[in-house]
Amino acid sequence: MLEITELTGIATIQDSGRRGFNKFGVPTSGAMDWYAYQAANSLLNNPTNSAVIELGLGELTFRALRNTVISVTGAGYEVENYIWTFPLWTSFYVRAGWTVRLKKTSGGNWAYIAIAGGFDSPVIMNSRSTYLRGGIGSALKAGDVLQSFPPTADLLKLAARDHVPLIPYSQTPTIDVIPAPQADWFTPEGIRTFYESEYTLSPSFDRMGYRLQGSPIEKAITKELISEGMTMGSIQIPADGQPIVMMADAPTTGGYPKIANVTRASLPLLAQCEAGVSKIRFRETTVELAQEKYRTICHPFGI
Amino acid sequence: MLKPLGDSSILIQLGDAIDPALNQRVHALDAILQTSPAVTETVPAYCTILVHYNPLVTTYNQIKNIIEEKISLLDDATHRPSRRLEIPVLYGSASGLDFEAVATTLTLSPSELIRLHSEREYTVYMMGFTPGFPYLGILNEKLTLPRMSTPRTRVPAGSVAIAGSQTGIYPVDSPGGWHILGHTPLKLFDPTSDNPFLFSPGDTVKFIPT
Repeated sequence: MLEITELTGIATIQDSGRRGFNKFGVPTSGAMDWYAYQAANSLLNNPTNSAVIELGLGELTFRALRNTVISVTGAGYEVENYIWTFPLWTSFYVRAGWTVRLKKTSGGNWAYIAIAGGFDSPVIMNSRSTYLRGGIGSALKAGDVLQSFPPTADLLKLAARDHVPLIPYSQTPTIDVIPAPQADWFTPEGIRTFYESEYTLSPSFDRMGYRLQGSPIEKAITKELISEGMTMGSIQIPADGQPIVMMADAPTTGGYPKIANVTRASLPLLAQCEAGVSKIRFRETTVELAQEKYRTICHPFGI
Repeated sequence: MLKPLGDSSILIQLGDAIDPALNQRVHALDAILQTSPAVTETVPAYCTILVHYNPLVTTYNQIKNIIEEKISLLDDATHRPSRRLEIPVLYGSASGLDFEAVATTLTLSPSELIRLHSEREYTVYMMGFTPGFPYLGILNEKLTLPRMSTPRTRVPAGSVAIAGSQTGIYPVDSPGGWHILGHTPLKLFDPTSDNPFLFSPGDTVKFIPT
Protein backbone atom coordinates (compact mmCIF):
# COMPACT_ATOMS: atom_id res chain seq x y z
CA MET A 1 0.00 0.00 0.00
CA LEU A 2 1.41 3.40 -0.91
CA GLU A 3 0.32 7.01 -1.10
CA ILE A 4 1.19 9.38 -3.93
CA THR A 5 2.43 12.56 -2.26
CA GLU A 6 3.59 14.65 -5.25
CA LEU A 7 2.96 14.30 -8.95
CA THR A 8 3.81 16.57 -11.86
CA GLY A 9 3.64 14.09 -14.73
CA ILE A 10 0.93 11.90 -16.22
CA ALA A 11 0.61 8.76 -14.13
CA THR A 12 -1.94 6.06 -14.87
CA ILE A 13 -2.54 2.45 -13.91
CA GLN A 14 -1.76 0.10 -16.82
CA ASP A 15 -1.61 -3.64 -17.34
CA SER A 16 -1.01 -5.80 -20.41
CA GLY A 17 -4.03 -4.21 -22.12
CA ARG A 18 -7.75 -4.50 -22.71
CA ARG A 19 -8.56 -7.21 -25.27
CA GLY A 20 -11.79 -7.99 -27.03
CA PHE A 21 -13.28 -4.50 -27.38
CA ASN A 22 -11.39 -3.14 -30.42
CA LYS A 23 -14.40 -3.90 -32.61
CA PHE A 24 -16.49 -1.52 -30.48
CA GLY A 25 -13.94 1.26 -30.86
CA VAL A 26 -12.10 0.75 -27.56
CA PRO A 27 -8.30 0.82 -27.90
CA THR A 28 -6.16 -1.88 -26.31
CA SER A 29 -4.31 0.63 -24.07
CA GLY A 30 -1.82 -1.02 -21.69
CA ALA A 31 1.81 -0.02 -21.21
CA MET A 32 3.51 2.18 -23.83
CA ASP A 33 6.71 0.13 -23.28
CA TRP A 34 5.49 -3.47 -22.88
CA TYR A 35 9.01 -4.77 -22.23
CA ALA A 36 9.66 -2.48 -19.26
CA TYR A 37 6.15 -3.31 -18.00
CA GLN A 38 6.74 -7.07 -18.13
CA ALA A 39 10.19 -6.63 -16.59
CA ALA A 40 8.81 -4.63 -13.64
CA ASN A 41 6.42 -7.48 -12.81
CA SER A 42 8.98 -10.19 -13.49
CA LEU A 43 11.43 -8.62 -11.00
CA LEU A 44 8.76 -9.06 -8.29
CA ASN A 45 7.57 -12.48 -9.46
CA ASN A 46 4.11 -10.91 -10.02
CA PRO A 47 1.51 -12.49 -12.31
CA THR A 48 2.33 -11.36 -15.88
CA ASN A 49 -0.87 -9.29 -16.18
CA SER A 50 -0.42 -7.33 -12.92
CA ALA A 51 -1.24 -3.62 -12.79
CA VAL A 52 1.61 -1.10 -12.47
CA ILE A 53 1.92 2.68 -12.41
CA GLU A 54 3.04 4.15 -15.72
CA LEU A 55 4.69 7.57 -15.29
CA GLY A 56 5.44 9.95 -18.15
CA LEU A 57 6.28 13.59 -18.75
CA GLY A 58 7.03 14.51 -15.15
CA GLU A 59 7.92 13.34 -11.66
CA LEU A 60 6.24 11.35 -8.93
CA THR A 61 6.85 10.93 -5.20
CA PHE A 62 5.18 8.30 -3.07
CA ARG A 63 5.29 7.14 0.54
CA ALA A 64 5.06 3.48 1.47
CA LEU A 65 2.31 2.85 4.02
CA ARG A 66 3.49 -0.74 4.66
CA ASN A 67 6.75 -2.60 4.22
CA THR A 68 6.87 -3.69 0.62
CA VAL A 69 9.10 -4.38 -2.38
CA ILE A 70 9.03 -2.13 -5.42
CA SER A 71 10.62 -2.37 -8.84
CA VAL A 72 11.08 0.49 -11.28
CA THR A 73 11.90 -0.02 -14.95
CA GLY A 74 11.73 2.06 -18.12
CA ALA A 75 13.97 4.86 -19.34
CA GLY A 76 14.53 8.53 -18.61
CA TYR A 77 14.16 8.34 -14.82
CA GLU A 78 16.14 8.01 -11.62
CA VAL A 79 14.80 6.62 -8.35
CA GLU A 80 15.86 8.04 -5.00
CA ASN A 81 14.67 8.07 -1.40
CA TYR A 82 16.69 11.20 -0.49
CA ILE A 83 19.48 9.06 0.97
CA TRP A 84 20.13 6.43 -1.67
CA THR A 85 19.67 6.23 -5.39
CA PHE A 86 18.23 2.96 -6.61
CA PRO A 87 19.13 1.67 -10.06
CA LEU A 88 16.31 1.14 -12.54
CA TRP A 89 15.57 -2.48 -13.56
CA THR A 90 16.00 -3.82 -10.04
CA SER A 91 13.68 -4.55 -7.13
CA PHE A 92 14.27 -2.97 -3.74
CA TYR A 93 12.85 -3.17 -0.23
CA VAL A 94 10.87 -0.12 0.92
CA ARG A 95 9.99 0.24 4.59
CA ALA A 96 6.70 1.69 5.81
CA GLY A 97 7.12 5.47 6.01
CA TRP A 98 9.87 5.74 3.41
CA THR A 99 9.45 8.32 0.69
CA VAL A 100 10.58 7.40 -2.82
CA ARG A 101 10.92 9.86 -5.67
CA LEU A 102 11.11 9.27 -9.42
CA LYS A 103 13.16 12.05 -10.95
CA LYS A 104 13.02 12.82 -14.66
CA THR A 105 16.38 12.62 -16.42
CA SER A 106 17.09 12.24 -20.11
CA GLY A 107 17.09 9.20 -22.36
CA GLY A 108 13.44 8.11 -22.22
CA ASN A 109 9.80 8.96 -21.52
CA TRP A 110 8.13 6.26 -19.48
CA ALA A 111 8.81 4.60 -16.14
CA TYR A 112 6.98 1.64 -14.62
CA ILE A 113 6.52 1.23 -10.87
CA ALA A 114 5.45 -2.24 -9.85
CA ILE A 115 4.66 -3.37 -6.31
CA ALA A 116 5.01 -6.90 -4.89
CA GLY A 117 1.64 -8.57 -5.56
CA GLY A 118 0.53 -5.97 -8.10
CA PHE A 119 -1.78 -2.96 -7.62
CA ASP A 120 -5.39 -3.74 -6.77
CA SER A 121 -7.44 -1.25 -8.81
CA PRO A 122 -10.89 -1.73 -10.35
CA VAL A 123 -11.21 -4.05 -13.35
CA ILE A 124 -13.21 -2.37 -16.11
CA MET A 125 -14.04 -4.44 -19.18
CA ASN A 126 -11.54 -7.19 -18.27
CA SER A 127 -8.59 -4.88 -17.64
CA ARG A 128 -7.12 -2.43 -15.15
CA SER A 129 -5.63 -0.28 -17.92
CA THR A 130 -6.61 3.38 -17.85
CA TYR A 131 -8.00 4.92 -21.04
CA LEU A 132 -8.53 8.60 -20.22
CA ARG A 133 -10.25 9.65 -23.47
CA GLY A 134 -12.88 6.94 -23.06
CA GLY A 135 -13.50 7.71 -19.39
CA ILE A 136 -12.10 4.33 -18.33
CA GLY A 137 -10.21 4.89 -15.08
CA SER A 138 -8.69 8.24 -14.19
CA ALA A 139 -5.27 9.86 -13.98
CA LEU A 140 -3.54 9.36 -10.63
CA LYS A 141 -3.13 12.42 -8.42
CA ALA A 142 -1.40 13.46 -5.21
CA GLY A 143 -3.25 12.03 -2.23
CA ASP A 144 -4.28 8.80 -3.98
CA VAL A 145 -3.71 5.69 -1.87
CA LEU A 146 -3.06 2.56 -3.91
CA GLN A 147 -3.78 -0.90 -2.54
CA SER A 148 -1.94 -4.02 -3.59
CA PHE A 149 -2.50 -7.77 -3.61
CA PRO A 150 -0.47 -10.05 -1.31
CA PRO A 151 3.04 -10.74 -2.64
CA THR A 152 3.71 -14.15 -4.17
CA ALA A 153 6.70 -14.80 -1.89
CA ASP A 154 8.44 -13.56 1.24
CA LEU A 155 9.35 -9.87 0.71
CA LEU A 156 13.04 -10.46 1.40
CA LYS A 157 13.16 -13.01 -1.42
CA LEU A 158 11.70 -10.48 -3.84
CA ALA A 159 14.14 -7.66 -3.09
CA ALA A 160 17.46 -6.97 -4.83
CA ARG A 161 16.60 -8.90 -7.98
CA ASP A 162 17.98 -7.76 -11.34
CA HIS A 163 17.68 -10.80 -13.60
CA VAL A 164 15.91 -9.17 -16.58
CA PRO A 165 18.15 -8.55 -19.61
CA LEU A 166 18.13 -4.99 -20.95
CA ILE A 167 17.07 -4.32 -24.52
CA PRO A 168 19.04 -1.78 -26.59
CA TYR A 169 17.28 1.48 -25.65
CA SER A 170 19.06 4.18 -27.62
CA GLN A 171 18.73 7.75 -28.77
CA THR A 172 19.70 6.61 -32.26
CA PRO A 173 17.51 3.50 -32.56
CA THR A 174 16.92 1.44 -35.66
CA ILE A 175 13.25 0.47 -35.58
CA ASP A 176 12.24 -2.75 -37.34
CA VAL A 177 9.07 -2.45 -39.41
CA ILE A 178 7.00 -4.75 -41.62
CA PRO A 179 5.54 -3.23 -44.83
CA ALA A 180 1.84 -2.49 -44.27
CA PRO A 181 -1.17 -3.18 -46.54
CA GLN A 182 -0.89 0.21 -48.31
CA ALA A 183 2.90 0.12 -48.76
CA ASP A 184 2.27 0.15 -52.54
CA TRP A 185 0.43 3.50 -52.26
CA PHE A 186 3.81 5.25 -52.08
CA THR A 187 6.27 6.08 -54.83
CA PRO A 188 9.63 4.23 -54.88
CA GLU A 189 11.13 7.59 -53.93
CA GLY A 190 8.70 7.86 -50.99
CA ILE A 191 9.66 4.37 -49.78
CA ARG A 192 13.35 5.25 -50.11
CA THR A 193 12.80 8.43 -48.08
CA PHE A 194 11.11 6.42 -45.33
CA TYR A 195 13.89 3.85 -45.01
CA GLU A 196 16.88 6.08 -45.65
CA SER A 197 16.22 9.30 -43.77
CA GLU A 198 16.17 10.17 -40.08
CA TYR A 199 13.07 11.16 -38.15
CA THR A 200 12.63 12.92 -34.84
CA LEU A 201 9.69 12.78 -32.45
CA SER A 202 7.47 15.87 -32.28
CA PRO A 203 7.08 17.39 -28.77
CA SER A 204 3.30 16.92 -28.87
CA PHE A 205 3.50 13.12 -28.53
CA ASP A 206 1.14 11.27 -26.18
CA ARG A 207 -0.20 7.80 -25.41
CA MET A 208 -2.32 7.94 -28.57
CA GLY A 209 0.32 8.60 -31.18
CA TYR A 210 3.87 9.61 -32.00
CA ARG A 211 4.00 12.27 -34.69
CA LEU A 212 7.38 12.15 -36.43
CA GLN A 213 9.19 14.97 -38.20
CA GLY A 214 11.53 14.59 -41.17
CA SER A 215 11.49 14.32 -44.94
CA PRO A 216 7.89 14.04 -46.21
CA ILE A 217 6.97 10.72 -47.82
CA GLU A 218 5.64 10.92 -51.34
CA LYS A 219 2.44 9.08 -52.32
CA ALA A 220 1.68 7.50 -55.68
CA ILE A 221 -2.03 7.00 -54.88
CA THR A 222 -3.85 9.96 -53.38
CA LYS A 223 -7.43 8.59 -53.22
CA GLU A 224 -9.00 8.26 -49.79
CA LEU A 225 -8.60 5.00 -47.94
CA ILE A 226 -11.84 3.42 -46.74
CA SER A 227 -11.41 3.29 -42.94
CA GLU A 228 -10.06 -0.03 -41.67
CA GLY A 229 -8.65 -1.53 -38.48
CA MET A 230 -5.20 -0.60 -37.25
CA THR A 231 -3.00 -1.46 -34.29
CA MET A 232 -0.25 -0.18 -32.04
CA GLY A 233 2.79 0.42 -34.24
CA SER A 234 0.82 1.20 -37.41
CA ILE A 235 2.53 4.06 -39.28
CA GLN A 236 -0.01 6.28 -41.02
CA ILE A 237 1.02 8.86 -43.62
CA PRO A 238 -1.44 11.78 -43.73
CA ALA A 239 -1.54 14.39 -46.50
CA ASP A 240 1.53 16.30 -45.25
CA GLY A 241 3.70 13.18 -45.67
CA GLN A 242 4.92 13.15 -42.03
CA PRO A 243 4.58 9.73 -40.36
CA ILE A 244 2.34 9.20 -37.32
CA VAL A 245 2.94 6.03 -35.33
CA MET A 246 -0.12 4.69 -33.51
CA MET A 247 0.60 3.97 -29.85
CA ALA A 248 -1.22 2.28 -26.94
CA ASP A 249 -4.35 4.50 -26.86
CA ALA A 250 -4.62 4.91 -30.65
CA PRO A 251 -8.04 4.67 -32.30
CA THR A 252 -8.90 1.15 -33.44
CA THR A 253 -9.60 2.25 -37.02
CA GLY A 254 -8.09 4.85 -39.32
CA GLY A 255 -8.40 6.30 -42.77
CA TYR A 256 -4.84 7.26 -43.70
CA PRO A 257 -2.71 4.85 -45.72
CA LYS A 258 -0.22 2.86 -43.66
CA ILE A 259 3.30 2.49 -45.03
CA ALA A 260 4.60 0.03 -42.42
CA ASN A 261 4.06 -1.33 -38.92
CA VAL A 262 6.58 -1.32 -36.08
CA THR A 263 7.39 -4.82 -34.77
CA ARG A 264 6.51 -5.83 -31.19
CA ALA A 265 10.22 -6.12 -30.41
CA SER A 266 10.94 -2.56 -31.57
CA LEU A 267 7.91 -0.83 -30.01
CA PRO A 268 9.60 -0.29 -26.59
CA LEU A 269 12.62 1.31 -28.30
CA LEU A 270 10.37 3.73 -30.18
CA ALA A 271 8.20 4.43 -27.11
CA GLN A 272 11.26 5.64 -25.20
CA CYS A 273 12.56 7.97 -27.94
CA GLU A 274 12.94 11.53 -26.76
CA ALA A 275 11.14 14.37 -28.50
CA GLY A 276 13.49 16.49 -30.60
CA VAL A 277 16.55 14.48 -29.51
CA SER A 278 16.36 10.91 -30.77
CA LYS A 279 17.35 10.19 -34.35
CA ILE A 280 14.99 7.45 -35.52
CA ARG A 281 15.68 5.18 -38.51
CA PHE A 282 13.45 2.45 -39.94
CA ARG A 283 14.60 -0.93 -41.24
CA GLU A 284 12.45 -3.39 -43.18
CA THR A 285 12.03 -6.89 -41.78
CA THR A 286 9.70 -9.85 -42.38
CA VAL A 287 6.84 -11.13 -40.22
CA GLU A 288 8.68 -14.41 -39.66
CA LEU A 289 11.88 -12.73 -38.40
CA ALA A 290 9.91 -10.25 -36.29
CA GLN A 291 7.95 -13.03 -34.59
CA GLU A 292 11.11 -15.01 -33.89
CA LYS A 293 12.74 -11.97 -32.29
CA TYR A 294 9.62 -11.26 -30.23
CA ARG A 295 9.56 -14.84 -28.91
CA THR A 296 13.22 -14.57 -27.96
CA ILE A 297 12.86 -11.36 -25.98
CA CYS A 298 9.66 -12.60 -24.30
CA HIS A 299 11.43 -15.73 -23.11
CA PRO A 300 12.50 -14.39 -19.65
CA PHE A 301 8.91 -13.48 -18.79
CA GLY A 302 7.22 -16.83 -19.36
CA ILE A 303 4.34 -15.17 -21.23
CA MET B 1 -6.65 -10.97 -49.91
CA LEU B 2 -4.52 -11.32 -46.77
CA LYS B 3 -1.72 -8.96 -45.74
CA PRO B 4 0.21 -8.64 -42.49
CA LEU B 5 -0.24 -5.52 -40.38
CA GLY B 6 2.76 -5.87 -38.12
CA ASP B 7 3.65 -9.17 -36.43
CA SER B 8 0.44 -9.72 -34.47
CA SER B 9 -2.33 -8.67 -36.86
CA ILE B 10 -3.43 -9.62 -40.35
CA LEU B 11 -5.77 -7.69 -42.63
CA ILE B 12 -8.44 -9.47 -44.65
CA GLN B 13 -9.58 -7.39 -47.61
CA LEU B 14 -12.85 -8.63 -49.14
CA GLY B 15 -13.29 -5.72 -51.54
CA ASP B 16 -12.68 -2.02 -51.95
CA ALA B 17 -15.98 -0.18 -51.64
CA ILE B 18 -18.62 1.06 -49.22
CA ASP B 19 -21.36 -1.33 -50.25
CA PRO B 20 -24.12 -3.02 -48.21
CA ALA B 21 -23.70 -6.51 -49.72
CA LEU B 22 -19.92 -6.42 -49.29
CA ASN B 23 -20.28 -5.25 -45.69
CA GLN B 24 -22.72 -8.10 -45.03
CA ARG B 25 -20.02 -10.55 -46.16
CA VAL B 26 -17.60 -8.83 -43.78
CA HIS B 27 -19.91 -9.41 -40.81
CA ALA B 28 -20.72 -12.97 -41.89
CA LEU B 29 -17.00 -13.81 -42.07
CA ASP B 30 -16.39 -12.00 -38.81
CA ALA B 31 -18.91 -14.31 -37.10
CA ILE B 32 -17.16 -17.41 -38.53
CA LEU B 33 -13.73 -16.13 -37.40
CA GLN B 34 -14.87 -15.99 -33.76
CA THR B 35 -14.93 -19.81 -33.74
CA SER B 36 -11.14 -20.02 -33.95
CA PRO B 37 -9.25 -19.90 -30.64
CA ALA B 38 -6.22 -18.54 -32.53
CA VAL B 39 -8.14 -15.34 -33.26
CA THR B 40 -7.77 -13.09 -30.20
CA GLU B 41 -10.00 -10.32 -31.54
CA THR B 42 -11.23 -8.77 -34.77
CA VAL B 43 -12.09 -5.33 -36.13
CA PRO B 44 -14.67 -5.67 -38.92
CA ALA B 45 -14.90 -2.49 -41.03
CA TYR B 46 -16.53 -1.53 -44.35
CA CYS B 47 -14.75 -4.05 -46.58
CA THR B 48 -11.98 -5.41 -44.36
CA ILE B 49 -11.46 -7.35 -41.15
CA LEU B 50 -8.36 -6.83 -39.05
CA VAL B 51 -7.59 -10.04 -37.17
CA HIS B 52 -5.40 -9.86 -34.06
CA TYR B 53 -3.55 -12.96 -32.87
CA ASN B 54 -0.90 -13.79 -30.32
CA PRO B 55 2.43 -14.39 -32.09
CA LEU B 56 3.72 -16.26 -29.02
CA VAL B 57 1.08 -18.91 -29.72
CA THR B 58 0.32 -18.68 -33.45
CA THR B 59 2.68 -17.96 -36.34
CA TYR B 60 1.79 -15.80 -39.33
CA ASN B 61 1.52 -18.82 -41.63
CA GLN B 62 -0.74 -20.64 -39.18
CA ILE B 63 -3.17 -17.72 -38.85
CA LYS B 64 -3.12 -17.27 -42.61
CA ASN B 65 -4.11 -20.90 -43.13
CA ILE B 66 -6.85 -20.67 -40.50
CA ILE B 67 -8.31 -17.57 -42.15
CA GLU B 68 -8.15 -19.05 -45.65
CA GLU B 69 -10.07 -22.07 -44.39
CA LYS B 70 -12.71 -19.80 -42.76
CA ILE B 71 -13.05 -17.77 -45.97
CA SER B 72 -13.74 -20.99 -47.87
CA LEU B 73 -16.72 -21.56 -45.54
CA LEU B 74 -18.12 -18.16 -46.45
CA ASP B 75 -20.97 -18.88 -48.78
CA ASP B 76 -22.43 -16.05 -50.84
CA ALA B 77 -25.77 -16.93 -49.26
CA THR B 78 -24.38 -16.60 -45.72
CA HIS B 79 -26.52 -14.23 -43.77
CA ARG B 80 -25.67 -13.45 -40.23
CA PRO B 81 -28.90 -12.81 -38.35
CA SER B 82 -28.66 -9.17 -37.38
CA ARG B 83 -30.26 -7.46 -34.41
CA ARG B 84 -32.64 -4.63 -35.19
CA LEU B 85 -32.59 -1.63 -32.86
CA GLU B 86 -35.02 1.28 -32.77
CA ILE B 87 -33.48 4.56 -31.66
CA PRO B 88 -35.70 7.44 -30.53
CA VAL B 89 -34.45 10.78 -31.85
CA LEU B 90 -35.53 14.28 -30.96
CA TYR B 91 -34.88 16.19 -34.20
CA GLY B 92 -34.73 19.96 -34.42
CA SER B 93 -32.70 22.96 -33.46
CA ALA B 94 -33.09 22.57 -29.67
CA SER B 95 -30.96 19.41 -29.60
CA GLY B 96 -29.66 19.22 -33.16
CA LEU B 97 -27.36 22.23 -33.41
CA ASP B 98 -27.11 22.06 -37.21
CA PHE B 99 -30.66 20.99 -38.03
CA GLU B 100 -31.78 24.34 -39.49
CA ALA B 101 -28.51 25.00 -41.30
CA VAL B 102 -28.64 21.54 -42.92
CA ALA B 103 -32.29 22.01 -43.95
CA THR B 104 -31.39 25.35 -45.53
CA THR B 105 -28.27 24.06 -47.31
CA LEU B 106 -30.14 21.05 -48.70
CA THR B 107 -33.29 23.12 -49.44
CA LEU B 108 -35.49 20.72 -47.49
CA SER B 109 -38.37 21.48 -45.19
CA PRO B 110 -37.87 20.34 -41.56
CA SER B 111 -40.35 17.49 -41.99
CA GLU B 112 -38.69 16.32 -45.23
CA LEU B 113 -35.28 16.32 -43.55
CA ILE B 114 -36.65 14.23 -40.68
CA ARG B 115 -38.38 11.84 -43.07
CA LEU B 116 -35.32 11.35 -45.31
CA HIS B 117 -33.09 10.67 -42.31
CA SER B 118 -35.46 8.36 -40.42
CA GLU B 119 -37.23 6.38 -43.16
CA ARG B 120 -34.32 4.06 -43.98
CA GLU B 121 -32.97 1.14 -42.05
CA TYR B 122 -29.24 1.53 -41.60
CA THR B 123 -26.49 -1.01 -40.96
CA VAL B 124 -23.71 -0.56 -38.41
CA TYR B 125 -20.91 -0.88 -40.98
CA MET B 126 -18.23 -0.58 -38.35
CA MET B 127 -17.45 1.00 -34.99
CA GLY B 128 -14.53 3.25 -34.14
CA PHE B 129 -13.50 6.86 -33.48
CA THR B 130 -14.62 6.73 -29.82
CA PRO B 131 -15.87 3.75 -27.76
CA GLY B 132 -19.30 2.72 -29.05
CA PHE B 133 -19.48 5.08 -32.08
CA PRO B 134 -21.49 3.36 -34.87
CA TYR B 135 -20.82 4.24 -38.51
CA LEU B 136 -24.25 3.84 -40.12
CA GLY B 137 -25.05 3.79 -43.81
CA ILE B 138 -26.02 4.48 -46.41
CA LEU B 139 -27.80 7.84 -46.29
CA ASN B 140 -30.27 8.92 -48.92
CA GLU B 141 -28.08 10.77 -51.42
CA LYS B 142 -30.20 13.90 -50.95
CA LEU B 143 -28.60 14.18 -47.48
CA THR B 144 -24.99 13.99 -48.64
CA LEU B 145 -22.90 16.81 -47.18
CA PRO B 146 -19.15 17.19 -46.66
CA ARG B 147 -17.89 17.31 -43.07
CA MET B 148 -17.86 20.70 -41.39
CA SER B 149 -14.78 22.70 -42.35
CA THR B 150 -14.05 23.44 -38.68
CA PRO B 151 -14.89 20.58 -36.32
CA ARG B 152 -16.56 21.41 -33.00
CA THR B 153 -14.33 20.94 -29.98
CA ARG B 154 -17.20 19.37 -28.05
CA VAL B 155 -20.15 17.45 -29.42
CA PRO B 156 -22.50 16.26 -26.64
CA ALA B 157 -23.04 12.53 -26.09
CA GLY B 158 -26.23 11.31 -27.81
CA SER B 159 -25.90 13.67 -30.79
CA VAL B 160 -27.23 12.13 -34.00
CA ALA B 161 -25.23 13.46 -36.94
CA ILE B 162 -24.52 13.07 -40.66
CA ALA B 163 -21.42 13.40 -42.89
CA GLY B 164 -20.80 12.22 -46.43
CA SER B 165 -22.98 9.17 -47.07
CA GLN B 166 -22.99 8.21 -43.39
CA THR B 167 -24.83 8.89 -40.19
CA GLY B 168 -23.73 8.19 -36.63
CA ILE B 169 -24.31 8.87 -32.95
CA TYR B 170 -21.72 10.32 -30.56
CA PRO B 171 -21.47 7.97 -27.55
CA VAL B 172 -19.37 10.29 -25.35
CA ASP B 173 -18.69 14.02 -25.36
CA SER B 174 -15.91 14.44 -27.93
CA PRO B 175 -14.68 16.72 -30.70
CA GLY B 176 -16.50 16.13 -33.98
CA GLY B 177 -17.00 17.46 -37.48
CA TRP B 178 -20.35 15.89 -38.42
CA HIS B 179 -23.60 17.90 -38.79
CA ILE B 180 -25.85 17.37 -35.78
CA LEU B 181 -29.52 16.80 -36.60
CA GLY B 182 -30.89 15.63 -33.27
CA HIS B 183 -30.37 13.85 -29.99
CA THR B 184 -31.15 10.43 -28.52
CA PRO B 185 -31.51 9.90 -24.77
CA LEU B 186 -30.12 6.34 -25.07
CA LYS B 187 -26.72 5.61 -23.56
CA LEU B 188 -24.40 4.11 -26.18
CA PHE B 189 -21.43 3.39 -23.92
CA ASP B 190 -21.29 2.52 -20.24
CA PRO B 191 -17.90 1.10 -19.23
CA THR B 192 -19.22 -0.17 -15.87
CA SER B 193 -22.07 -2.20 -17.37
CA ASP B 194 -21.91 -5.93 -18.19
CA ASN B 195 -22.99 -4.92 -21.70
CA PRO B 196 -20.99 -1.71 -22.21
CA PHE B 197 -22.19 -1.09 -25.79
CA LEU B 198 -25.64 -0.42 -27.23
CA PHE B 199 -24.55 -1.38 -30.76
CA SER B 200 -22.52 -4.16 -32.33
CA PRO B 201 -21.03 -4.11 -35.83
CA GLY B 202 -23.57 -5.57 -38.26
CA ASP B 203 -26.68 -4.43 -36.34
CA THR B 204 -29.66 -2.91 -38.17
CA VAL B 205 -30.79 0.49 -36.90
CA LYS B 206 -33.99 2.48 -37.41
CA PHE B 207 -34.41 6.04 -36.12
CA ILE B 208 -37.83 6.86 -34.63
CA PRO B 209 -38.63 10.60 -34.57
CA THR B 210 -40.09 11.61 -31.20
